[in-house]
Amino acid sequence: MPPEIKQEGDDSMSIVEKVLEGDVRAVARLLRDIDDQVPSTRSILQQLYPHTGKAYIIGITGPPGAGKSTLVDQMTTYYRKLGKTVAILAIDPTSPFSGGAILGDRIRMQRHFLDPGVFIRSLATRGHFGGLTKSTHDMITVLDAMGKNIIIVETVGVGQGEVEIAECAHTTLVVTVPGLGDDIQAIKAGIMEIGNIFVVNKADREGAKKTVQELRNLLEMGKKFRMETGATNGWDPPVIETQAHKGIGIDELCEAIESHREYLTTQALDELKKIMVKRALHQFSETLKDELFKEMMRRMEKKGMNIDDLAAKIADKEVDPYSLSRSLIRDELKEPESAV
Amino acid sequence: MSQERKLRVLVAKPGLDGHDRGARIIARALRDAGFEVIYTGCHQTPEQIVQTAIQEDVDLIGLSILSGAHNYSFPRIMELLKENGADDITVIGGGIFPLEDIPKLKEVGIKEIFTPGTKLEDIIKWVRENVKPRRVDAA
Repeated sequence: MPPEIKQEGDDSMSIVEKVLEGDVRAVARLLRDIDDQVPSTRSILQQLYPHTGKAYIIGITGPPGAGKSTLVDQMTTYYRKLGKTVAILAIDPTSPFSGGAILGDRIRMQRHFLDPGVFIRSLATRGHFGGLTKSTHDMITVLDAMGKNIIIVETVGVGQGEVEIAECAHTTLVVTVPGLGDDIQAIKAGIMEIGNIFVVNKADREGAKKTVQELRNLLEMGKKFRMETGATNGWDPPVIETQAHKGIGIDELCEAIESHREYLTTQALDELKKIMVKRALHQFSETLKDELFKEMMRRMEKKGMNIDDLAAKIADKEVDPYSLSRSLIRDELKEPESAV
Repeated sequence: MSQERKLRVLVAKPGLDGHDRGARIIARALRDAGFEVIYTGCHQTPEQIVQTAIQEDVDLIGLSILSGAHNYSFPRIMELLKENGADDITVIGGGIFPLEDIPKLKEVGIKEIFTPGTKLEDIIKWVRENVKPRRVDAA
């Protein structure tokens, strides 16, 4: 392959321009570089960031096999009929053994493959817990900057505590199906609290009414608790029945999303603000942690320190991880001990 | 720097046959080799395959076909990749092919054809030796 003769600055500039113009190939390649943590993506993200904040971000989470991908497919059709453009981030798990992954969410979204108004990207968790990938927030930045109206993030099939999605979505959908267990095993503590809208998919199955009723009871209890503690807000999460494979209930679902959006943007501006601040905080603290870690690694390497050697020493109990970290940070930041 | 780039592979079935057992086994073997495999299911048109490959930024497309339509769909996919400036993506095929078709497919740019009886480890070995993750754009 012949080396490309381009100046670095020009190149990153043109990537930004291409992304802002909605160039699919440029976006696709940038997303890959972000996922692979290529250092040059930082400056590109920095330039894209001011162009963000226009997209509406919908999160969709729930146990494996609940029908999340099929719902995303149907919702996409709904939004395309309204003339809105859609980007989808569909996340599947990385095998902890091989590091590989099979990303199969696209199977349910085939009819949108040729629509230039739809961009779909499959992502592997790569060891990240929480339902998303490490790169999800930055990818949303890119898709927002490229001008997509709606960004749908489909989490990996989750169990009970993967609630990170609520930190990046305006509206979070929690999807379940009938027959997962008497006490709604699939939606325990954490995940029950992040849903703005609950979806009982495959509602033609036996037990659907019971699942809906149980959900409503749980939500009612939660509401009572919120009112008693004064933490009440004006949004009561609705429970919506769908049969995604037949397209039944999709209009109601998307109308509920619209109601939630309207609620956020008219009645609950503080709440919207809170979501934005939470997202910014998450993005900022993650970036800061990342940059600090990389900087430390760089400096340690420069001094000839090898992280694997240090780890071996810790394993041999020559030193403990706590004092080692503290002393390294103290040396580098040149601050008195109390500051560390 | 973490320059450990993952190889991304699209496993696709062009055309009308609905037998994807082979494609699924390949997808699984590629996953076990540590690659990220995008699997899109059966009945894909060349246009769908190429758009997916671009949006997913893959390094390799593995086409599985049993229907005999490879003489149409394979060259068409190569043509579309070129039209979209994505002909740096390696394309391989697997399935049932008359032996005399294989040179013609290689002529249009299919890098390798794997016929029935090929061992999974030979395919993985071939991929490791012949496909490298795309280089970083502007590093």
